[in-house]
Amino acid sequence: MKRIILILLALIALAVFFLQPEKRTLPILGNRDVSPAGDTVYHQVPDFAFIDQDSQMVTNATFASQVYVVDFFFIHCPTICPRVKKNGLRIYEKYKDDDRVALLSHSIDTRNDTVAALKRHALKLGIDTKKWHLVTGDHDAIYGIADDYFSVATEDPDAPGGFDHSGRMILVDKNRHVRSFCDGTDAEDVSRFMEDIDVLLEEQYPK
Amino acid sequence: MRKKGSYSAIFPIILFLASCQTNPYREGERLYKNTCANCHMDQGEGLRGLIPPLRNADYLHLHREKLPCVLKYGLTDTISVNGQTYTEQMPGVPTLTEIQITNILNYINNSWGNQNAPYSLEDTRRMLEKCAR
Ligand code: HEC
Repeated sequence: MKRIILILLALIALAVFFLQPEKRTLPILGNRDVSPAGDTVYHQVPDFAFIDQDSQMVTNATFASQVYVVDFFFIHCPTICPRVKKNGLRIYEKYKDDDRVALLSHSIDTRNDTVAALKRHALKLGIDTKKWHLVTGDHDAIYGIADDYFSVATEDPDAPGGFDHSGRMILVDKNRHVRSFCDGTDAEDVSRFMEDIDVLLEEQYPK
Repeated sequence: MRKKGSYSAIFPIILFLASCQTNPYREGERLYKNTCANCHMDQGEGLRGLIPPLRNADYLHLHREKLPCVLKYGLTDTISVNGQTYTEQMPGVPTLTEIQITNILNYINNSWGNQNAPYSLEDTRRMLEKCAR
C-alpha cells in the first residue's frame, strides 16, 4: 500500500513538472541588423526630448528604469481618442502604485495642444503626471518618432479633426526595445496587451 | 405529426417577435454605435471630466427640447451634467436626417436605465426649427 502511494506521488510530481506551462517571452519587434562583429542589433527607440503637462522635460532617461506604454492623440480628436484614453486609464489604474510602469502620450496637434491645454486635459482625466506624461514638442520630432514606435501620425486636412493616426498602444522595455502593441480602441486586445505588460515585468524585474 | 409541424412553424415567429421586443431601438443603437459611442462609450458612461455621460444624465430631460440641435450641430457651451461641469466641444453630425435623430434620441433616452419621454418624428422636426441653418 505504502509503495503504491509513493509511486502515485512520484507520478503526480512528474506530471506537475512536465505540464507546467512554458514561460512566455515577448519578442523584440522591428528590423534587426547584424553588426560587423556578428551580433544581432535590434531596433531601438532613438533619443527624444519632449515636454509634459507640468512643463517637465521628458527624455529616454525619464524611463531608464521603467517599461512604458506609448500612444499618439490630440485633444480635439473627434474619433477614436476617447476610446484609446479610456483603455489607457485601465492600464493607468492597474499600475497606479507600481513604479515600474509609466505611460507616455504624444500630442500630434503641436499647434493647439500647448502645455497649458495638456495640463487641463490631464486634470479632467484625473491623472498624475509622474505616471502618465502627456507631451508636446517639436512637430517633426513627434511625427518622426511615431515611425520608431511603428505608429501612424500624419496631418491630413480630409481626416476628421485634421489628423490621421492609429489608435495603437506600444510597449517599450527598459532597453528601448519595442516588445508588444495593441489596438487601443479594442478593449479585448488591450486586455491581452496588459498580460504582455505583466510578462515583460517578470522578465525585466526578476525576483 | 401534423401538430408538431404547426408548432415548428409558429416557433420562429415567436422568436422573431421576442427579438423585436427585447430591442425596439435597433436602428438607433446602430447609429449610436457608429456616430456617438467613440466618445460617450458603449454604456453611455462618458469619460471622466472630458465627455459627459448619457446614462442617468439629468441633462437629457432638463434640455429635452435642445437635444435634436445638439446632435445635428454639436455643443460648445460650458454645460453642467449631474452637477459636474464640462467644457470640451462636441462636434455635431449635420448629415443626420430627422428620422435618424429621432431613432438615436429614443435609443439613448431608453437605454442603460434611462426612462425619458419618447420623441416622435414631429417633435424632432419642430425642435430642429430652432437651429435651422
Ligand atoms: C468627439 C466626441 C463626441 C461625439 C462623437 C459625440 N459627442 Fe456628445 N458630447 C461630447 C462632449 C465633449 C459634450 C459636452 C459639450 C460641452 O461641454 O459643451 C457632449 C455633450 C452631449 C450631450 C449633452 C450632455 C449630456 O451628456 O447629456 C448629449 C445629449 C450628447 N452629447 C449626445 C451625443 C450623441 C447622441 C452623439 C452621436 C450622434 C454624440 N453626442 C456624439 C462629445 C461627443
